[in-house]
Amino acid sequence: MSDHQGRPAGRGHLDRHYLDHAASTPMVPEAVEAMTRCLGTVGNPSSLHSAGRAARRLVEEARETLAEAVGARPSEVLFTGGGTESDNLAVKGLYWSRRAADPRRTRILASAVEHHAVMDPALWLAEHEGAEVEWLPVDAAGRVDVGTLESALAADAGSVALVSVMWANNEVGTVQPIAELAEVARAHHVPIHSDAVQAFGQLPVDFDATGLDAMTVTGHKIGGPLGVGLLVLRRTVDLTPVLHGGGQERDVRSGTLDTPGIVGLAAAAEVAVKLQPDRAETTARLRDDLVRRLSAAVPDVVLGGDPDLSAAHRLPGNAHFSFPGCDGDALLLLLDAAGIECSTGSACSAGVPQPSHVLLAMGVPESLARGSLRFSFGHTSTAADVDAVLDVIGPVVERARKAGQVGAR
Amino acid sequence: MRVLAAMSGGVDSAVAAARAADAGHDVTGVHLALSTNPQSFRSGARGCCTLEDARDARRAADVIGIPFYVWDLAERFREDVVDDFVAEYAAGRTPNPCLRCNEKVKFSAVLDKALAMGFDAVCTGHYARVVDGRLLRAVDPAKDQSYVLGVLTARQVAHAMFPLGSSLKTEVRREALDRGLAVADKPDSHDICFIADGDTAGFLRSRLGEAPGAVVDTDGVEVGRHDGAYAFTIGQRRGLRIGRPAPDGRPRYVLDVSPVTNTVTVGTVDRLDVSGLRGVRPVWTGDEPTAPTRVRAQVRAHGDPVPATAWTEDGGVVVELDEPLHGVAPGQAVVLYEGETVLGSATIDATAPTP
Repeated sequence: MSDHQGRPAGRGHLDRHYLDHAASTPMVPEAVEAMTRCLGTVGNPSSLHSAGRAARRLVEEARETLAEAVGARPSEVLFTGGGTESDNLAVKGLYWSRRAADPRRTRILASAVEHHAVMDPALWLAEHEGAEVEWLPVDAAGRVDVGTLESALAADAGSVALVSVMWANNEVGTVQPIAELAEVARAHHVPIHSDAVQAFGQLPVDFDATGLDAMTVTGHKIGGPLGVGLLVLRRTVDLTPVLHGGGQERDVRSGTLDTPGIVGLAAAAEVAVKLQPDRAETTARLRDDLVRRLSAAVPDVVLGGDPDLSAAHRLPGNAHFSFPGCDGDALLLLLDAAGIECSTGSACSAGVPQPSHVLLAMGVPESLARGSLRFSFGHTSTAADVDAVLDVIGPVVERARKAGQVGAR
Repeated sequence: MRVLAAMSGGVDSAVAAARAADAGHDVTGVHLALSTNPQSFRSGARGCCTLEDARDARRAADVIGIPFYVWDLAERFREDVVDDFVAEYAAGRTPNPCLRCNEKVKFSAVLDKALAMGFDAVCTGHYARVVDGRLLRAVDPAKDQSYVLGVLTARQVAHAMFPLGSSLKTEVRREALDRGLAVADKPDSHDICFIADGDTAGFLRSRLGEAPGAVVDTDGVEVGRHDGAYAFTIGQRRGLRIGRPAPDGRPRYVLDVSPVTNTVTVGTVDRLDVSGLRGVRPVWTGDEPTAPTRVRAQVRAHGDPVPATAWTEDGGVVVELDEPLHGVAPGQAVVLYEGETVLGSATIDATAPTP
């Protein structure tokens, strides 16, 4: 038991407990090794000489490894600068190409719980490019109903440019019925994109078998490097580029390829897929333990997301709680001071927390949404991390609640 | 102690936080986000709470080696400081928003939250001293900010930490440089932080709308027009737009602002003199005086204190000035000092002209 009773201790030499793997997870040794091996070598993969060919070979081998890992053909794997770029490319690129082929296609159907990297490009298209965005509602668990998509498409599929529904949610971990949604989209001949940034590595992900047209994956959520990601894009799908230039990636994405990053990403993906079942089991066991013990320690805590903790319903590494009467930022500060690193789960500008649009879409009242924390487990998590949370959570919640009371009027 | 350091992104609060950390306290930095729509950059010395300020504060915390967070107090600031500022002007009074911010935000909302979370004190870069639980003037007379802290209660002072009170500003800047704080040469902030362009009248007009009315002399004769009496403050000389000169050729000043009749009264400087004033809602940082007490009274942030006698009466405080002061407006705070020590303060409600 730590001695600080939840009081903030700014600069103590505490053990740190990293429970924010959904934000970024440490690189696996295989990725570090693969990446560092080629950091010192020269060669632009687009150059025709020997050095260029050597770099190209590394990139193409990585592409094949990644294609295998995500369930796609190598030609369907496009390298990007990460999840946000892939999402932007999918949403804007699909919108522009589909509308160019038929000007009636201006509707974008996306779930109300998308990451900002999908949500904001859609809103930008609405503001600047005449798009009409329809947010597919979710239930209290954060899940899109397949029937809702079916009705939205059946109303007038000819006017829909694209559908985008994330595979699993970053805040509450809810897994979407992505194969069923893809089947519905396919039946209406409308392309569907899915942001699988959180899902890949935690769940079995097979692009082709799922019937998706585009899928986002990023390196730093799977034990790979930051700043490199994938857009997996079905061969038959046209996409208008966002970045124009050398046309390196299928003429859809330009920019010199980041050979070390790509090699590191491939190494991480290979490990992630190989160890996925074991890791899912380990993280789920830790997560279940946290949910059970924290719920007992803080009786009025509200578990956010799907109460069914099985991997079919919820990411194995995700735990999300709302603490009535507390501010998320106060909880975060106090836990950080106690050596526990977690997240309020929502995006912030200048570090100012806003109530999560995901929770609001799930019908969580704003006051409760503001008192939310996400704990996310990953490949370096241990039982000691859970114990550390339980050591301090009681007094931390008590203090945050007091702080919430003085703030209320 | 566990100390919460409010860090604006300026040099003073950065050095204050660094000194608190050096003194062995467990310091956590917070930047108070007070604006709902922060601008990206500040222009010159005006404005605050830009994203750049938040970044500067964060970098200072990195250099000092303390945790750093941003607290969103925009709503609280708008209600307690900005809306109050507008309402006070609309009522014909002259508020001091910095003082109000200290009273209601920094040493109320922030302090209370900090105490509830287990902190022992709030540290700021204000130039003032706390000695034996009493609030004292800063050593640097040019920077002394005890006036805008004069509204604090004894309890608030007990939990306040002002590490710069015994230093000169020049020393603080040099120290910032020595510490490798990039904010060392950042300009001091001036004026009202939420009126970035410095145009208070324009800001009030945008909030309260135009309300044309008469500018009259002390005989009630109309000598000009105005767009809203609320934009004027007692003692103001500029911006009166009076067409014809006074019969005696002497400059004219605002003597009174009446929101009820939307009238601004002007007259010569001698008519601004007051010999006494009455304050309401007094706050005593020490013991409330039970008998008339010799004090020095200060009515604005950068005004010289004047000798006076003060006593309490009907829950308020009466201040009789040895020498007249001029340009004293209701809404301003009068802070009473005994030597260097703040005794208390009150909001000026009425003034007595010189006989």
